[in-house]
Amino acid sequence: MYFLKRILWLIPLLLVVSGVCFALLRLTPGSPFDRERRPASPEIERQIAAKYHLDEPVWKQYGRFLRDLLRGDFGPSLKYRNHTVNDLIRQGLPVSMSLGALAFCLALGIGLPVGCYTALRRGRWGDYVGSLYALLMVCVPVFVLAPLLVMFLAVRWHWFPVALWGSVRHAVLPVLALGLFYSGRVARLMREGLLNTMHAEFIKTARAKGLSETAVLLRHGLRPALLPVVSYAGPMLADLLTGSFVVETIFQIPGLGAAFLNGFLNRDYSLVLGLVMLYAVLLVFLNLAVDFIYTLLDPRVKYE
Amino acid sequence: MSIAGRATAKRRWGRFLLDLRAHRTARRAWGGAAGMVLVLLLNGCFRAEPPADVVIVNGNEPESLDPQIVTGVSEMRITKALFDGLIRLDPTNAAPMPGLAERWEVSADGKIYTFHLRTNAVWSTGDPITSADVEWSWFRALDPATASDYAGQLFGIRNAENWYNGEVTNRAAVGFRAVDAHTFQVELNVPLAFFLELCAFPTLAVLPRRTIEAHGDRWLHARPLPTSGAFTLEAWRVNDKVRLRRNPRYWDVAHTASEIVDVLPVSSPNTALNLYATGAADIVWDKDLVPAELMDALVGRPDFHNFTYLGTYFYRFNVTEPPLNDARVRRAFALATDKTRLIGKLTRGIGRPASHFVPDGVAHYSSPPGLGYDPEAARAALAAAGFPGGSGFPRLTYTFFAASGGANLHGKIAVELQQMWREVLGVEIELRQIERKVFYASQSKLDYQISTSSWIGDYNDANTFLDLFRGASGNNRTGWKNARYDALVAAANAETDPTRRAGLFRQAETILIAEEVPIVPVYFYLGYNYYDDRKIGGLWPNILDEHPIQFIFKRRSPHPPSASGRPEKRVGRAATRS
Repeated sequence: MYFLKRILWLIPLLLVVSGVCFALLRLTPGSPFDRERRPASPEIERQIAAKYHLDEPVWKQYGRFLRDLLRGDFGPSLKYRNHTVNDLIRQGLPVSMSLGALAFCLALGIGLPVGCYTALRRGRWGDYVGSLYALLMVCVPVFVLAPLLVMFLAVRWHWFPVALWGSVRHAVLPVLALGLFYSGRVARLMREGLLNTMHAEFIKTARAKGLSETAVLLRHGLRPALLPVVSYAGPMLADLLTGSFVVETIFQIPGLGAAFLNGFLNRDYSLVLGLVMLYAVLLVFLNLAVDFIYTLLDPRVKYE
Repeated sequence: MSIAGRATAKRRWGRFLLDLRAHRTARRAWGGAAGMVLVLLLNGCFRAEPPADVVIVNGNEPESLDPQIVTGVSEMRITKALFDGLIRLDPTNAAPMPGLAERWEVSADGKIYTFHLRTNAVWSTGDPITSADVEWSWFRALDPATASDYAGQLFGIRNAENWYNGEVTNRAAVGFRAVDAHTFQVELNVPLAFFLELCAFPTLAVLPRRTIEAHGDRWLHARPLPTSGAFTLEAWRVNDKVRLRRNPRYWDVAHTASEIVDVLPVSSPNTALNLYATGAADIVWDKDLVPAELMDALVGRPDFHNFTYLGTYFYRFNVTEPPLNDARVRRAFALATDKTRLIGKLTRGIGRPASHFVPDGVAHYSSPPGLGYDPEAARAALAAAGFPGGSGFPRLTYTFFAASGGANLHGKIAVELQQMWREVLGVEIELRQIERKVFYASQSKLDYQISTSSWIGDYNDANTFLDLFRGASGNNRTGWKNARYDALVAAANAETDPTRRAGLFRQAETILIAEEVPIVPVYFYLGYNYYDDRKIGGLWPNILDEHPIQFIFKRRSPHPPSASGRPEKRVGRAATRS
């Protein structure tokens, strides 16, 4: 029931998001067809605007957008004039999603063990090394990390291609660049979560029952300790799946992250709106998933 | 480790695994994650493709590959490989040479062109290309529903503009028609000296009627896609690549040097250089893809080709407001601009100082000398306008935008100009950096005082520059209108004698850069291509930076270019004019 209600809420939410986004785009000065060169006559400019209905009143354009949205059609891209926004999403989303999913797995695959390890070794060497790693990953921005990876692993040692997309080897560096940053965040959250839980009363009870330290950790400690990671993982996955502008630009990956920012810079109204809608839907569903996982991990959480 | 210790460790590990197995949720989560990765990998996000013969890094993702929609040089390079016009450009010197038309006649008054199409020209699907295709294509460019930015390229043809505007509705009144299947006739308003160059421009290319009528704006995604040029479009994946494959039915297929050519859209100069340096790309051919910080180091390399390019960097004045409505003030700013120093402060690879607007090297024309750097004259001009030593001069702003690539060239130039004007004229100019689209919008609305500008010529003729500042030109963007200038440009274009024509243009340019000065030229661009001559052949530097993909090939075994007679001979034949 709760989940059904949340999904129904999606409709007014999308309306509000699209309305605000539409208004903001139109309020931004400059239009898709403001360019270094203008056509030879003002009549040509008028005709181009008319073709994309940019000469109509804004409320009418919004109505047109909503009508097309109902049919699942985001309209033609204003910049890439042989493509519809649906074409662009169809081509870019699978790429961004595979990159994002791999980076997500890497982030959890490194972050969770490092987090657990540092929490269990608190105050010892292992903790310092692991925490330093986490701190470094969080602090070094992607636009520094990615060129460093390219410089050493690709240009100097030729282990991986410098850029482009097309094989598993091409995916390694971008996945690393994207995943390592998030692995730092995950490790820190995991460490905090586990430290807090291991001091809780129910852990003392479990230890008092004479359970082994491993059993205490796995049966009682891990589940509640994962909560902060899980609540962070939802939006993180949404971010990763819709692509990262920096990584996609540096590695020339045909995903949606670069399309999103360039879409805005080009004032490609329909492309930006389409991607915002996509991101909103993803975010809502992933947050739902987070809520659901909460019920699995924490018996105290119940949704009516 | 003792035996007992090892046993304990083993037991612990066993219990750990048992505990792990007991956790169904954990197991499910891990299973799910592993399954997801597997599915994603198996789903075939990665495809296996045969390698291309030549890989070219081309600049931004093409906005379109429809020759009548494209506006950028990088897009046009691809469309020219796919769709031929009546005329092509010679790869060595960018001069017009026969395309679909094997020969042509021009009437004595220079206004009527009769083109004779090849009888062996066919679409990549096998259907013949006839003059009816040419006629249909040109009418499509003139159809407002096509929304072609460059429809104006056809406005030199009789009644073409009136047809576009709907003032003429009789097709027969428009000055081009298919006389018979292989004869095509064009009637111009005035004897445009550069009309053959225009015929090589993508807007005037020949396009497949039936495919376009069947598929509308998405016609380039139709398969099979009939092309009239040297290549077919094998794949076009946004932000990934455009893959061209040799069109076996092209009439000049004998000169198509490569089977598969990949054209990569790369927007980051560093990525472009990395791809080139590691051998993933053979050619990088966009001057904006040279990392600005490395320019000085790269210029000296043998595989780093630079050449005079048909482009000028300049700044515009908004002449509609005081004090810039006074030509003396504008001249003062121009005379206070030390272009040589400016280029020296930036990077030597950027270009050559410009004192006139039409770049050196343009065909059949040489510019008049413009205003050089003369601080004394600059101060005198400002004093004559009522601001001796800059006193009483209002605070003006210089507007620019952040160039792509992050080097902020426009910003560096702005700072240099600001300093020069302060030192020489004693005036204080504020700098205003705005976003690119906002910049173009405000420049069009004359919402600026002084602003950064540049222009790249469309064809090799002075008109592509001087036409800009006619009062009626949409790209004027200065508010400057001068009847004498407009008349001179019009007279030049009506002139058939090249010498007299150049003289008229020279008078017009003198008004523009020495007398009225609505703009001040700063430097002429240099074009940049990087490719290794020992590995790649079929490219020649020329002023239009024109490199038909048809002639480009990778040498089988690396050897110096002079040792290989093949490409030169090939093009020698292709370049034979009628």
